[in-house]
Amino acid sequence: MADFLQQVVAGLASGSIYASLALALVLIHRATGVINFAQGEMATLSTYIAWTLTANHGWGYWPAFAFTLAVSFLGGAAVHQTIIRPNEKGSVLRVVIVTIGLLILINGLVTWIWGGEVRAVDSPFPAGTTEIAGVAITTADIGTIAVVLATVALLWGLFQYTKLGLAMRAAAVNPAEARLVGVRVTWMLSLGWGLAAALGAVAGMLAAPSVFLDPNLMAALLIYAFAAAVLGGIDSPIGAVVGGLTLGVGLNLIGTYVDFVGADLRLPVALLVILVVLLVKPTGIFGKAEVRRV
Amino acid sequence: MSPLLVLDAVEARYGPVQALHGITLDVAEGEVVAVLGANGAGKTTTLRAISGTVRRSGRVEFAGKSLRGGPEAVARAGIAHVPEGRGTFTELTVHENLRLGAYTRRERSVRSDVDRVAQWFPWLHERAGQPAGTLSGGEQQMLAVARALMARPKLLLLDEPSLGLAPMIVREIFRIVRELNEREGLTVLVVEQDARIALRTAARAYVLEVGRVALAGTSGELQENESVRRSYLGY
Amino acid sequence: MRLGRTLVPVVSFVVLAAVVAVVPSFVSEFRAQELAYVAIYLIAIIGLNVLTGYTGQISLGHGAFMAVGGYTTAILMADHGVKDIWTIPLAGLVAGTAGFLFGIPALRLSGLYLALATFAIAVSMPAVLKRFEGFTGGGTGINLFGIPELTASLTPVEILGREVAFNDWLYYLSWSIALVGYVVAWLLLRGRSGRALRAVRDSETAAQSSGVSLARYKTLAFGVSAAYAGVAGSLFAIATTYVNPDTFPIALSILLLVGVVVGGLGSLVGLIAGAVFIQFLPTWSQEVSKSPGAPSVVSGALLIALMFVLPMGVAGLVERLRLLTRRIYHRSGS
Repeated sequence: MADFLQQVVAGLASGSIYASLALALVLIHRATGVINFAQGEMATLSTYIAWTLTANHGWGYWPAFAFTLAVSFLGGAAVHQTIIRPNEKGSVLRVVIVTIGLLILINGLVTWIWGGEVRAVDSPFPAGTTEIAGVAITTADIGTIAVVLATVALLWGLFQYTKLGLAMRAAAVNPAEARLVGVRVTWMLSLGWGLAAALGAVAGMLAAPSVFLDPNLMAALLIYAFAAAVLGGIDSPIGAVVGGLTLGVGLNLIGTYVDFVGADLRLPVALLVILVVLLVKPTGIFGKAEVRRV
Repeated sequence: MSPLLVLDAVEARYGPVQALHGITLDVAEGEVVAVLGANGAGKTTTLRAISGTVRRSGRVEFAGKSLRGGPEAVARAGIAHVPEGRGTFTELTVHENLRLGAYTRRERSVRSDVDRVAQWFPWLHERAGQPAGTLSGGEQQMLAVARALMARPKLLLLDEPSLGLAPMIVREIFRIVRELNEREGLTVLVVEQDARIALRTAARAYVLEVGRVALAGTSGELQENESVRRSYLGY
Repeated sequence: MRLGRTLVPVVSFVVLAAVVAVVPSFVSEFRAQELAYVAIYLIAIIGLNVLTGYTGQISLGHGAFMAVGGYTTAILMADHGVKDIWTIPLAGLVAGTAGFLFGIPALRLSGLYLALATFAIAVSMPAVLKRFEGFTGGGTGINLFGIPELTASLTPVEILGREVAFNDWLYYLSWSIALVGYVVAWLLLRGRSGRALRAVRDSETAAQSSGVSLARYKTLAFGVSAAYAGVAGSLFAIATTYVNPDTFPIALSILLLVGVVVGGLGSLVGLIAGAVFIQFLPTWSQEVSKSPGAPSVVSGALLIALMFVLPMGVAGLVERLRLLTRRIYHRSGS
């Protein structure tokens, strides 16, 4: 039983990382209707920036964390303004190609600047375990869950209680009407991209200690995040979080208790989740049916 | 005194199709002016040309200054546009819709503004937490007007408020519009298909046909006009 | 008028075929091999063009269908002693069936969601291939080098009285299939089927209400494009004489779609341009800078720039030039 609970908590920890990246994907899709295939690479870049600050420039972990969030935010907003916005009016294919171009570019950039070696990264959380209800849970897992929860709570506060958050929500759902009340919709969308980039950075920085730092850090994570977002509903922020946690726990349990799957097939299982959800209930658990204009 | 709003030879197009072929009209401060015409005459496009939602050429002046830019800039200049189909944020609550109406104003005054606006629509307080999409058509229309009022606009653009609503509700809405004009001096430019109720509420009106102003005059004059009576008033 | 319209494509095709036939006499063996790969990518892109250009379905997973074709060929050659040439149509058939079967559930997905689903398939394929070791040879893959089923691998083969070494043989094989494949696609897309497919792309609802069976055409398109990819994968396996799970990575799927878009949807010139792009981009990028990662930076930047400058790809550019020349011609004529 204790073993099972440990797996659940571990699943929650990895799940919260998926949730963070999934939330980024959902934010962008909700606001701009784009699936950002480059989200993972952007997160990898952020993680490298954080790592470089701590490893090569002697910064403390949390100052580097905060700085990276800020830089990622600005970067995400800039990407939207310069690269995405001009292509938004084009076909779906065009936007897909642009985000893929971004994926290739950033992946190359990371390799170019830092090289392709795999690096070990220190965790900001102290090693060891704490006992909760008779179950030994690693401090790292608790820390991860706490950081993501705090981030999500902050975002929630922003969107529900501030004027800016309200404007962003309005811009995402009804851009034309939002303009009529004076909301600068394009800026709101860029802000959305900025927030998404910051969320990706959180996911990357939390994942690096266990998954090791290399240019392909986020490739697999991106698929898990997609699965989580699709599961929860690609336009639902709550769905992203619930989907991420569910997926994390689910994958962990399946990986541990179903021999056939083991560690290798977790990725195809995530794929299976994506396919099944898209086929059975494409809007996900929390999504609303999409009404398409004929 | 120069009019609050002046349109001079305004043209507008949707892609290759030209919708307005030179509209000239004006609205004085404190007036209610109606724009009438059949479907496709260019009434909605005229409002869109003012609020910058559609590309236009020609002169538009507001409060003595040239009016430029897209909808965001026009809203900041003090014009509130209630679009065709209400334009309420159906996923957001009634209260959030109102808060958005006051987007261009400073945060501090918003709370008192809600109370002020609720005087006209008392039921707003009870339904504050409801998603706007659950309101009836008439209620959404009133919410849209309330939202516009939150901005304390100098000019209210109303696009086909009667669309899809029962006659009783339409009368109620126009009654409120008239009271807003009489008591608060709100300047209103209303586009309407229902010529009868529009002419009863407005002081002056323009009749559009195929993107041009075909007739103009006071409501009284237009109500007496032969062709207006035949085409738009039904007798 | 009719004659004129079919005459130009036919003539240019014949010219192309002639050029293809004589090129190996003028280039090195290495270059011939590179050009063979261009033909291989061309086959895959022709198929992908049917899918994306004609029915508007976006696939980021065609590398997986190439893998199906490649592994079919490898298994048939290594485990069952089938001569390489005969495995090619079989590979196409297997991949085509897989594509058709995938096309059925894919009907429920559109645009971005389909791109997402196919992306996920391509990413998971290597893991699946590794898992089913007994079948696929797992992580070590299947080696085809030097086995007798591989034509011209040990001794040159005789064609029409001439001795042809491996690379040249590969070149002729790939290009013959590519040219035949192009003609087949051209015939498929003319007339009713083509119009139906294009109707699906432009407006699904309109197509449906005009009586076009959406489901049939969309799944067929998937099957056909997957078959082409399978053939390409089969040739790829023959060319590299080796397959393992990493032979067909997600990067390949991405490159295929990129090739289609860069080339531009529709014209043969565009498709060839796309295939050339796929084969030579890594090489060219390395010319710019040898440091690791730099080629990707160049590729990515180029791709983004292309979407700004030439969203319709090379084919779009060609089309614009054609319209321009026609306008000039008319003006000078009248």
